[in-house]
Amino acid sequence: MDGPFATAFSLIASGDPALMQIIGLSLRVTLSAVVIACAVGLPLGAALALARFPGRGAVIVVFNALMGLPPVVAGLIVYLMLSRSGPLGSLALLFTPTAMVIAQTLLILPIVVSLTRSVVEDLWAEYREQLLSLGAGRLRAVPTLLWDGRVSLLTGVLAGFGRASAEVGAVLIVGGNIAGHTRTMTTAITLETARGNLGLAVALGIILMALTLTLNAAAWGAGQWARGRLG
Amino acid sequence: MKAARDLSASVLPLSLEGVGYAVGGKPLLSDITLRIEAGQRLVVMGANGAGKSLFLRLCHGLIDPTTGRRRWASGEARAEAQAMVFQRPVLLRRSVAANIDYPLTLKGLPRTARHETVAHTLDRFGLNALAGRPARLLSGGEQQRLALARAWAMRPQVLFLDEPSSALDPSATRIIEEMVAQFSDEGITIVMTTHDLGQARRLGEQVAFLHRGRLIEHRSAAEFFAGPQTPEARAFLAGDLIW
Repeated sequence: MDGPFATAFSLIASGDPALMQIIGLSLRVTLSAVVIACAVGLPLGAALALARFPGRGAVIVVFNALMGLPPVVAGLIVYLMLSRSGPLGSLALLFTPTAMVIAQTLLILPIVVSLTRSVVEDLWAEYREQLLSLGAGRLRAVPTLLWDGRVSLLTGVLAGFGRASAEVGAVLIVGGNIAGHTRTMTTAITLETARGNLGLAVALGIILMALTLTLNAAAWGAGQWARGRLG
Repeated sequence: MKAARDLSASVLPLSLEGVGYAVGGKPLLSDITLRIEAGQRLVVMGANGAGKSLFLRLCHGLIDPTTGRRRWASGEARAEAQAMVFQRPVLLRRSVAANIDYPLTLKGLPRTARHETVAHTLDRFGLNALAGRPARLLSGGEQQRLALARAWAMRPQVLFLDEPSSALDPSATRIIEEMVAQFSDEGITIVMTTHDLGQARRLGEQVAFLHRGRLIEHRSAAEFFAGPQTPEARAFLAGDLIW
């Protein structure tokens, strides 16, 4: 039974180039998706918290529901958009890392939007009168509230990263799991397990878990530090 | 037109003309007529729920009257000429100095002028030692001191204070009262609510007494405390003595 683990550790210890390539691509795709989702989701969530318009409740419910969007469905949607006969087929993005970034962004965005909305809404209830009194209108309050909610928001961003790095359905559909091109840690684990090549699968599993643990430890530490430091 | 643009011109007096505020048809303030003159210290008194806080928010422009008129001498309500200090100060999650700087940035002051004002404000209110500390971690008294300093740094003509010391111990209360008195000496118009009779006596020049959303007495503090005219105000003062 120690076969796969022994292989896994020797792969990790030797810095196997194929393994490194897979890890590199996974991180590149997921981090890009997180950055894009934050760039869009933070302001969007804050706007949703402060704006009052008809149908606002429906928009909030939809974003909340989309947090549970199954990755395979997200993958399917992006596939339909990017496939040759789809509306964006001419861009020839299907089975490229870019398509994977798009699919993962779709998965992370609802998390970032919903969490930002909730954090900013609570802060706004507390800050509203004071900020208006100091001369900040709703629009100007957005960056202030995002900055003051930074510790709580970090948790949401991390949850987004966790979801994207762990999912397999979306990247498999739109990436195609092409070796050396669109193979990520999760798709590789799926494939290698099916093939009975458990050493590589276990190695990737260990790395994925270690990555998640490290990130969460860092976020928790940052949160503790910030609470003590910022109140 | 030109006079209205002049930023040093007085925005006062503020006149409320038959002002009322209702929520869902329920009147919370009714038919308030009052003039707040430049340079005076007006203390707003009344029992809990009399409408003191609403009255301040209405004067400051955080809420708008549903009936009647609120008129500033300058014509428009100039936000930068007013400041408000709340019962529980809301400080931003950043340093003491950055909290003072924040409204100055909103005002569009150039960087050097901001630095100068922040340094001067810290210095004047003895906050230099706390300048780099996170504002949220200060004690309650220090937080309120910072909230007052921040308001002062905005150079308001009128300062609204909503029970600024009701959550503070006596020594912190005294510091706050001294600050308010100094602001008044500098010519800043003070409008504050309090249910602390001692504080009202120490700081009030004028007293406005609210009862169930109506202004039932508005006189000089000396006259008011010597003998209130309405039975409600008499009961209020007597009740406080018994307690």
